[in-house]
Amino acid sequence: MAASKKEPVEFSGAGPLNAPISGVLTWVDQRFPLMSLWRDHLSQYYAPKNFNFWYFFGSLAMLVLVIQIVTGIFLVMHYKPSAAEAFASVEYIMRDVPAGWFIRYMHSTGASAFFIVVYLHMFRGLMYGSYRQPRELIWIFGMLIYLCLMAEAFFGYLLPWGQMSFWGAQVIVNLFDALPLIGPDLSTWIRGDFVISDATLNRFFAFHVIAIPLALLGLVAAHIMALHEVGSNNPDGVEIKKHKDAQGHPVDGIPFHPYYTVKDIVGAVAFMFLFFLVVFFMPEMGGYFLEYNNFIPADPLKTPPHIAPVWYFTPYYSILRAITEDFMIVLAIAVIAYAALIWVTVKDRRIAMAAAAVSLVLVVLMKGGPLALEAKVWGVALMGIATLIFFLLPWLDRSPVKSIRYKGTYSKAALAIFVIVFLVLGYYGTQTVTPMGTLISQIGTLIYFSFFLLMPWYSVLDKTLPEPDRVTM
Amino acid sequence: MVKIMLKINKLIVALLFAPALALAAGGHVKLDRAPINEEDQASLQRGARHFVNYCLNCHSANYMRYNRLQDIGLAPQQILDNLVFTGVKVGDLMTIAMDPKDAKNWFGATPPDLSVIARSRASADGSGADWLYTYLRGFYRDPERPTGWNNTVYPNVGMPHALWELQGEQVLVENKVRGDGYMKAEMALKLDKPGQLGKTEYDEMVADLVNYLVFMGEPARNDRKTIGMLVLLALGVLFVLVYALKKEYWKDVH
Repeated sequence: MAASKKEPVEFSGAGPLNAPISGVLTWVDQRFPLMSLWRDHLSQYYAPKNFNFWYFFGSLAMLVLVIQIVTGIFLVMHYKPSAAEAFASVEYIMRDVPAGWFIRYMHSTGASAFFIVVYLHMFRGLMYGSYRQPRELIWIFGMLIYLCLMAEAFFGYLLPWGQMSFWGAQVIVNLFDALPLIGPDLSTWIRGDFVISDATLNRFFAFHVIAIPLALLGLVAAHIMALHEVGSNNPDGVEIKKHKDAQGHPVDGIPFHPYYTVKDIVGAVAFMFLFFLVVFFMPEMGGYFLEYNNFIPADPLKTPPHIAPVWYFTPYYSILRAITEDFMIVLAIAVIAYAALIWVTVKDRRIAMAAAAVSLVLVVLMKGGPLALEAKVWGVALMGIATLIFFLLPWLDRSPVKSIRYKGTYSKAALAIFVIVFLVLGYYGTQTVTPMGTLISQIGTLIYFSFFLLMPWYSVLDKTLPEPDRVTM
Repeated sequence: MVKIMLKINKLIVALLFAPALALAAGGHVKLDRAPINEEDQASLQRGARHFVNYCLNCHSANYMRYNRLQDIGLAPQQILDNLVFTGVKVGDLMTIAMDPKDAKNWFGATPPDLSVIARSRASADGSGADWLYTYLRGFYRDPERPTGWNNTVYPNVGMPHALWELQGEQVLVENKVRGDGYMKAEMALKLDKPGQLGKTEYDEMVADLVNYLVFMGEPARNDRKTIGMLVLLALGVLFVLVYALKKEYWKDVH
C-alpha cells in the first residue's frame, strides 16, 4: 500500500540539518500518526494558563513511575525470587553490584515518593473538584491507578524477605481468612501454601514485575487520554473551552508544549533535589521508608512484637483495627442514623425505601445475634470500602461550583478535617494498639466515612461564592 | 569549637552516667548515645580487629567480604595478615565454621548473622549503634541464667558475655535515689570484679567495635554521602538554569 498523502512535515530550527530531519519526519508521519500525536497531546493541547503548585504532581507521578520501572529492571537483573536466596541477594545488590545500593535506594525511596506524589495529586483533585462532570472517567482511571499502586507496593514489599516483609504479608493475607465461607480456602489459594512461603514469594514477584506494572501502564495511558479528551480542570474550576479565539483555541489556554513542559521540568528538578536528598542522606527515613525490622531475615517461627505496614497503608490499617466488637453498636447506630437522614430528606420514596431496607440488612449483619458477622469481617470490609469510596466522589459532590476557592465553609471545613483525620489515622496505624489510640481511630473512622457519605447534604447546604467567568491568575 | 566542646561534654556526661541511665526506665531501656565517628579510620580498623577476634567465631557476617575492608584503609595483604585466620581468600565472605544447629543446642538460639545487625537494631529508642553500644556494656552476672550472664538491654539473652575478661564482671544492685519528694529504688550496674581494661578503655573499645558494625551494615555509606553532595550540587545548578528557561518562555503569558 502506498504511503498516505499527508502534507510533508516541515522542520525548522536546526540550521543545515532542517532538510534531512524534515525528510525523516515526513517519511515516518506518512506511516504513523507522529505529528498528530505530537499536536494533540503536546504542541496543540491547550491547558489552562493558571495552573499552580498543585499541578506539578501529575507529571511527577509519571517521573516516579519511570524511575520505578528503570530501577526495577536493574534490580531484577540481580535479585533472586527464592525464600532461600532473596534476603542475601538484596544484600548482594547493596554491597557487590556496582552502584547497586544507589539503584535499590532509588527504588525503595521511589515507592514512598510515589505515594506522597499520588496523595498530593489526589488532594489537588479534591480541592479543585477535578473529579466533577465531565471528568468522572479521569477520576475513575486515576483511582484504579491508585489501587494498582497499592497492590504493587504490597507485592513488592514481600520481595526483600525481611521480617516485616514476611509478617506484613502474613497479616494482610490472613485478612481474607475472615471472610465468611470461602475465607480460609481463599487465603490458602492466594499464598499457594498454608503459610507465606517460597511459593508466595514467587507469585508475588510475578505480580510485582509483570502483571501490575502492565495494568498500571495501560491505566496511565487511559487516564491521560481521557484527560486530553475533555481538557484539564484548573484552580478556579471553570471550563476554559467556553471562551475560544478565532482559531478555536481557548483564550485562557496555552499550548502544553513548550509552556508546561518547561514548567514541569522546574518541578521535576525541584522534586529530584528532595528525592535524592533522601536517597543519599536518609534512605531509611527514620524507619518509615525502610523499616528497621526488615534488616532481619524472614523467620516464620519468630513473630515480631509490633507489626506495622509501611506508612502509606497506615490510615487504612487504623480503620481495620478500629473495628472492634464493642464498636459494632456504634456502627449500627451510625447506619440507622444515616438511613433516617435519607428517609427524612430524600423526596424520592423509592430511594428512601431502598436505604431503609439496606440499612436493615446491614444492622442485622452487624448486631443481629447469630446472623451478625464478626467485627474482624467488618474491619476488612470497611478497610476495603475506605479505599473504594473515592470512586463515588463525582456523584457525591453536588455543589454548584467545582473549586474550593468558591465553595463555602462547610466544604472547606470538611476537606480540612478529612485531611487531618487521614493523617491522624495514618499516625495511629504506625503505633502499637492502646485504648486511647483505638478510640481515636474509631472517631477518625466515623469522620472519614462522614466526609464522603454526608457530602450530598453539606455540599448543597453550603453557601458558595459565584464562579468567575474566566480563570484568574 | 563550641560545638566540639559541647560534643565532648555530652560524651563525658554520657560515659559517666551511662550504665545508670540504661536502667532508669523499667521495660523501655534508655539507650546511651554511641560515641562513634564513621570517618575515623583508625577506630574502624581497631573495631574490625575486635570483630574478627571476639565476634567472628560464633557470629557470621555472611554478606560481608574481607576485601571490603579496603574501604576503611586496609591493603589486601594487611587484611590477610592481620584479620583472616581461617585461610580463606581475601575476596571471600566472612563465614564461620560453626554449625547453626550446634549453636542452637549450645546457646538456645542461633547467634544472628551480624552483617546488618547495626541497621536492624535501630528503633524509636535510638540508633542501632546506640543499642549495640549499650548492650555490649550491659552484661551482668546472673546465677539464674544457664550461661551465668544476663543483660539489661536484652533480658535473658542467650549470649554469654564474650568480652568479660576485658570489662570484668558487673552485678545488678539496687540504688536508693531521690525521687519527687520520696526515695525510690532503682536498679543499676556496678562493676564487681575489674577486668583487664579500665572503664573508659572498655567503653572506647566497645565504641570502636560498634563503629565497625555500623560500617559493615552499609559499607557504601560514606560513598553515598560524597556522591550525594555532588548530585545535589548539580541539581541545584540545574534548577537555576531550568527556572531561568521557564521564566523566559512564560514572559508572554498574562
